[in-house]
Amino acid sequence: MFDYDTLRVIWWALLGILLIGFAVMDGFDFGIAALLRVLGRNDEERLVLLETIEPTWEGNQVWFILGGGAAFAAWPMLYAVSFSGMYLAICLVLIAFILRPVGFNFRGKIHDQRWRNLWDWVLVASGVVVMLISGVAFGNLFLGVPFQFDGDLRMSWHGGFFDLLHPFALAAGLVSLSMLLAHGACWAAMKADETIAVRAAIFARWFTLIYVVVYVLAGIWLAYGIPGYAIVGPTVTGGVSNPLFKDVARGSSWFASYLQYPWFWAAPVLALLGAVGVQLTVGKRGLGGFLSSSLMVVGTILSAGFALFPFLLPSSLDPRSSLTVWDASSSRSTLGLMLGATAIFMPLIILYTSWVYRVLRGRVTLEHVRDSSHTY
Amino acid sequence: MIIDADVVTLSRLQFALTALYHFLFVPLTLGLVWMLAIMESVYVMTGREVWKRMTQFWGVLFGINFAMGVATGVTMEFQFGMNWAYYAHYVGDVFGTPLAIEGLMAFFLEGTLVGLFFMGWKRISRVKHLLVTWFLALATSLSALWILIANGWMQNPVGSAFNAETMRMEVTSFSEVMFNPVAQAKFVHTVSAGYVMGAMFVLSISAWYLLRGRNVDFAKRSMTVAASFGLAAALSVVVLGDESGYAVSENQKMKMAAIEAMWETEPAPASFTVFGIPDVQNRTTHYALRLPWVMGLIGTRSIDKPIPGITNLIEETKGKIDNGIQAYDAMLVLRADKNNAQAKAILAAHDKDLGYALLLKHFIDDPRQATPADIQKAADSTIPNVPVLFWAFRVMVACGFYFIALFAYSFWLASKRKLDDKRWYLKLALWSLPLPWVAAELGWIVAEYGRQPWAIEGILPTALGVSSVTAGQVWTSLGGFVLFYTALAVIDATLMVKFARKGPDGLGLWPTTDSPSLAAAKA
Repeated sequence: MFDYDTLRVIWWALLGILLIGFAVMDGFDFGIAALLRVLGRNDEERLVLLETIEPTWEGNQVWFILGGGAAFAAWPMLYAVSFSGMYLAICLVLIAFILRPVGFNFRGKIHDQRWRNLWDWVLVASGVVVMLISGVAFGNLFLGVPFQFDGDLRMSWHGGFFDLLHPFALAAGLVSLSMLLAHGACWAAMKADETIAVRAAIFARWFTLIYVVVYVLAGIWLAYGIPGYAIVGPTVTGGVSNPLFKDVARGSSWFASYLQYPWFWAAPVLALLGAVGVQLTVGKRGLGGFLSSSLMVVGTILSAGFALFPFLLPSSLDPRSSLTVWDASSSRSTLGLMLGATAIFMPLIILYTSWVYRVLRGRVTLEHVRDSSHTY
Repeated sequence: MIIDADVVTLSRLQFALTALYHFLFVPLTLGLVWMLAIMESVYVMTGREVWKRMTQFWGVLFGINFAMGVATGVTMEFQFGMNWAYYAHYVGDVFGTPLAIEGLMAFFLEGTLVGLFFMGWKRISRVKHLLVTWFLALATSLSALWILIANGWMQNPVGSAFNAETMRMEVTSFSEVMFNPVAQAKFVHTVSAGYVMGAMFVLSISAWYLLRGRNVDFAKRSMTVAASFGLAAALSVVVLGDESGYAVSENQKMKMAAIEAMWETEPAPASFTVFGIPDVQNRTTHYALRLPWVMGLIGTRSIDKPIPGITNLIEETKGKIDNGIQAYDAMLVLRADKNNAQAKAILAAHDKDLGYALLLKHFIDDPRQATPADIQKAADSTIPNVPVLFWAFRVMVACGFYFIALFAYSFWLASKRKLDDKRWYLKLALWSLPLPWVAAELGWIVAEYGRQPWAIEGILPTALGVSSVTAGQVWTSLGGFVLFYTALAVIDATLMVKFARKGPDGLGLWPTTDSPSLAAAKA
């Protein structure tokens, strides 16, 4: 039905949508977890905060799982190179993902303050680790990562964990951290008891402010300080998925695609509009703040993805090995088949997820937490 | 590229540990959720409060287990990329699709609904809540379906072909992958095993209450559900396990021969070795006690087809390695000259055996330089660990037959309303609790350890699938897993025991004072 190159662009977009889905839907869960000890001053307040996300975080996390599965199926080389190359960083993220479900579930099961404090800090750490490392990993994409393929397309990686901690990557980590902390605070302002909500709104404003500063500075740094990658010669968009069939040069600008497609500028504008929206509306502690921070998240991820396009994972060691949208995908039939499955199931997912959120609408109050016996 | 043998060993160890660990929780989720659906259905149909409280109480234990299943499942999804990068590249086009569809079709539904199962009792109507529980149950089983379609393809790689330009396997027919007979047989066998586990869990803990004289009505009702559900599941797990065996014998002859410790081809119909001591060195089985005909009937569904023994299979394998070397050579020719028609023809003729040439990479760098001794070594390396498979299989099967007997007897007692009459029976039911886990883990060992040395049967040797990570990195992650998984196992077990001990009475779930059906329930 679709050409190979069209399917590739669609799957590039779908990968972005899954990442955005994860950041918007699970991002506030991570934000809440990280802010648990700051926004919640005592056990009751922390119970309120946890209860705002308890029934839904599990479904939200599936955006991430599905993102992994979709990358495996649609962009197998991207999945293989990034997960094995950034091995120890991914390990840290994985541990956070292992401890989080049990933290949510086990924390309330024993009425003992030390027990609860322990799990509180586990949740805080898991939130911070995931938000920070996702940003650092994304930052490294712009720097290029040290891998190369041999003739069998077996990848080797020449670098360790600390090589990922380039200052620009750390700045990207800060963007992600401040953005999702703001997003989490906006959620708390909308969903948690008024006493907590007022506090959360203040935090949301501050985190948004930090976010804007770091985001803009990182953008300027990217424009003037980080060389971009470009495919050399005619770009074959519908060819074989073998990265070694092309040539890549380093030294252009990451903003080249913005010059080529000026509408790409809509993405960073959207992100900044979202930030302004948070400042204006979060004080009302309604849906407005949360929608604004969601916009901020969407705009940020789009702006980064647009800058990288058509690259998925540039290689600093052997630029020719870089993974791009045109040479790192699955076969045409797999992309087509998966698109069919997504077209059927994604609307259903959105439908039942909306229903669940509708059932659970409304603020979680302190009285509610005092009334309900917490066995789970 | 030289592959570090330590990385292979450590990666395999890590995968086995994390998969076996994940598999402690998943089958219980699979089974327990249907018990919840049954109990809640009875509640909605009869309106009796006790059935709602049963759903809630077993739901608390379900929730603890579910969290562990979710947590350890993330590891599985990550690990193919982290530790098996070349595997992920080589087969992602085929293997990734069922995993992604699992997320889209099943896990999303499961993850979204599970919160509502716990928090929705007061927020949605009875019927809606029941629907949530049913969809939750359906989603967990669908989840298993897609995972086993992926796993089934590792055992029997249908519907796909090698592409020399992309250096990987690509889908040629997804419907063949989906309707892979091995995957279908494995699915029913595995979910049935989960149902047995769920039933045993409820049966054993209820038996403990009856031994203590606590929650008597509550426990008897739970046991009745467990007995009927468990009997059906145990029958299914054994009968469909046999189907699974038949499917294996069709395409994994070496695994079958290893399970049977069948060194030489026997004249049809082959006998089944009930007991024996496999001797790997001398390729024989000592003290073998054989049941004539049985193996031939199970493995071939006939009395005239022979089942090949290990020695014959090795000879066959050598021929495949020869073909594989030709395919490998053609592949390299094509890499330099992609229009070479002769090489294309050779590759097309032999690409099915390309994986057998890759087996040689374990011993030499360039399969084209293989001596007859190398080929012999590679062929010998296709024999899995015979004693382990032989015994794991027999203990698993023995457990299966024991489950049928125990659940049949429980069913009979339940229908006679004599569940709490015999203390020895209650003790037996209680102490049988670990057996479904023993059987399930051994089943995994037979299926996956028995697949070695292949990651994808006949296509990709396990050793070639690893990432280019260092042994130090894998030691670090393995250490982390051992540490965190041990801590979580202790916490999980403590919470499970704590809440099971507390029981519905201790949790204030039963008996209820405000319930008009209390009298009816007591009667």
